[in-house]
Amino acid sequence: MQPSEARHWRNNRRLTVGLLAIWFVATFLVSGFARELQGITVLGFPLPFYMGAQGALLIYVLLVGYYAWRMGKLDAECAAGREDA
Amino acid sequence: MATTDQAGFVARLRRYYSHYAGGFIGFVVMLAILEQMGVPNKVLGYVFLGATVLMYAGIGILSRTANLTEYYVAGRRVPALFNGMATAADWMSAASFIGLAGTLYLSGHDGLAFVMGWTGGYVLVALLLAPYLRRFGHYTLPDFLGARYGGNLPRAIGAFAAILCSFTYVIAQIYGVGLIVSRFTGLDFGIGVFVGLGSILLCSFLGGMRAVTWTQVAQYVIIIVAYLIPVVWLSVTHTGNPVPQIAYGYALQQVTAREQVLNDPTTPEGAREAEVRGLHKQSQQALELRLRELDAGGAAYLAAERAKLERAIDALKVAAPLDADALAEARRRLAEFPHDIATARTSWRAAAEAARAKAAPITAHAEPFAGSSAEARDTKRNNFLALVLCLMVGTAALPHLLMRYYTTPSVQETRVSVFWSLLFISVLYITAPALAVLAKYDVYTLLVGSSFSELPGWVSAWASVDKSLMSITDMNHDGTVQLAEISIGGDLIMLATPEIAGLPYVVTALVAAGGLAAALSTADGLMLTIANTLSHDVYFKMVDPSASPKRRLVISKGLLFIVALCAAYITSLKPGDILLLVSAAFSLAASAFFPALVAGIFWKRANRCGAVLGMTTGLLVCVGYMLATYPLFGVNAPLWWGIHPISAGIFGMPAGIAGVVIGSLLTAAPDQHTRDWVDLIRSPDSGKTQPP
Repeated sequence: MQPSEARHWRNNRRLTVGLLAIWFVATFLVSGFARELQGITVLGFPLPFYMGAQGALLIYVLLVGYYAWRMGKLDAECAAGREDA
Repeated sequence: MATTDQAGFVARLRRYYSHYAGGFIGFVVMLAILEQMGVPNKVLGYVFLGATVLMYAGIGILSRTANLTEYYVAGRRVPALFNGMATAADWMSAASFIGLAGTLYLSGHDGLAFVMGWTGGYVLVALLLAPYLRRFGHYTLPDFLGARYGGNLPRAIGAFAAILCSFTYVIAQIYGVGLIVSRFTGLDFGIGVFVGLGSILLCSFLGGMRAVTWTQVAQYVIIIVAYLIPVVWLSVTHTGNPVPQIAYGYALQQVTAREQVLNDPTTPEGAREAEVRGLHKQSQQALELRLRELDAGGAAYLAAERAKLERAIDALKVAAPLDADALAEARRRLAEFPHDIATARTSWRAAAEAARAKAAPITAHAEPFAGSSAEARDTKRNNFLALVLCLMVGTAALPHLLMRYYTTPSVQETRVSVFWSLLFISVLYITAPALAVLAKYDVYTLLVGSSFSELPGWVSAWASVDKSLMSITDMNHDGTVQLAEISIGGDLIMLATPEIAGLPYVVTALVAAGGLAAALSTADGLMLTIANTLSHDVYFKMVDPSASPKRRLVISKGLLFIVALCAAYITSLKPGDILLLVSAAFSLAASAFFPALVAGIFWKRANRCGAVLGMTTGLLVCVGYMLATYPLFGVNAPLWWGIHPISAGIFGMPAGIAGVVIGSLLTAAPDQHTRDWVDLIRSPDSGKTQPP
């Protein structure tokens, strides 16, 4: 594997783990403690209901969108690195 | 040159589909005018469903192809945006379109597991699978398993699992097709199934993935328009705000306030609710007494009860002023009386259970994991989390969905395409909870407390169509409606929304066409997946690797036909619970595929033995738990940690992961060739290096 490709894979993995952590918190932590979070109100909804019905979905869309954008950049950097080598 | 070709192609697609969307709106407007001119509803239903089905078939004919890459992966030139629309249509099934809002209406916060599960899975698809599968770039999911792990065994198990979960899923879709066609045209259920199937076959038969893709894009437009129009209108009439997703926070507060009033026996309305609940309690106790007597007396008790009903009819026949209503009621009771002990036991037990539910106070819509004890609430929470995880991981392993990401021109387009898919899907999934709350607002504030002599039109209309969807009886004879006197079936919410919102019938027909499009588009993708797996993985890769492309296409089309007939036959037996079938497909996919697929990309040490062991143990544990715990199969083993069989994958997944890890570590590491192959899959796609 070329050094630029190794770097690309390392960055990719780091990005993946970070985004999965957000995914986990938005989904399982919020739902797991739904009863404890019930008192917090967002836009007129109790927080756990809002997250399940809208918030988590918006976060998912943003996560996937950010991943696509960021990976596009990493791909381009890697291609540039390859040409230099 | 290639890029300018693709740019021209995209421009053409945009033009075609904007013309199409305009034409579709024109068509709806034209039908609305016809309705005002007095064309009967039934004709409108026929025209609407007929025209859309013919159009899908027409796209199929236009996209016919004899080229293998076109047939299997639509030529790998579907732009990200359009693949996103096609995936969204592929994804949203009859269960999402018709069932979801009803599930949310009935189970409140706890139903949100479906909303999160069916969207959050795309994060896993985007981050862990889709780009790597596209980088690999062959035709099917078992292809990937075969190439990564080598040998025919992983491919064969993959093919078996792919067919198992797709077939389970497709039966649920064809069932939905039959239901919609028969409800809106009055055709027989069986004929409905075959009409729908005909259009699916015509489409995928001629053009394979290419035809299915372009049909699904067209179907997405119909699905989303049909879902949004009635909900937006309902939102305007109830809250004055045309954006239901924002407006329903207000409606939810009103609903919560009403729940408190109706649950409080010191208010006049709450007192009447309590009275009706008391009646339900009585009927529950009466049914339980009957069940005990049935256990004690057996067939003799059943015969004696039947004789009592017959004597009552005889007495009514000779009564001096003939009471026709009472006689008809007595005859109906006799006709419904169970014939044998087993039917009596199940139907009375179900009735007692329904009465028990009605006798309980209302559960607050927004309250998570409601239960009588801390233990019951914890079990509910665990089931919620388990279901979310199973649906998400199942999403990331369903073959018909992953196959769609083989069709884009590049890895980067695949990543962008997952984004579009999720965005298009979320439009519906964000709207469904809003619809559930708005419908509840309507029922709690307008229907409850109204007079039985002037019920809204949609209530009596649906009550006369299907008692399981809507039934309403004045149990305490006070002339006003109490909440505990209404029984609503989940599917009613979406089907009746246009009428609740006071929209003309043409919108109801539009909703029917949307539901049909959702069921057909999913069935399309699933059947193609099954046929391609059989023809490509089983026939071409394992039986006859020297087959010519022409022969492979012929085999694929023949198999498609056979699969369709099998599916239609099994559906016509009405195997029952749609949600059971759908959730089974997710748990199966999560247990069988996910560990082996992800390990294949992210863990170089994973080898053939691990993949085989992981897929088989995952599948066996999942299927075993379902067979042992679904009441349908009659074993009724105790639940593990109170987890319902709908989330069987929660046990199948760890079993699958353990299988992959143990099997791989006990046997030799993969050779250099495989490790290089994994490096290639992970490397960015420069357009030059294609994996072998």
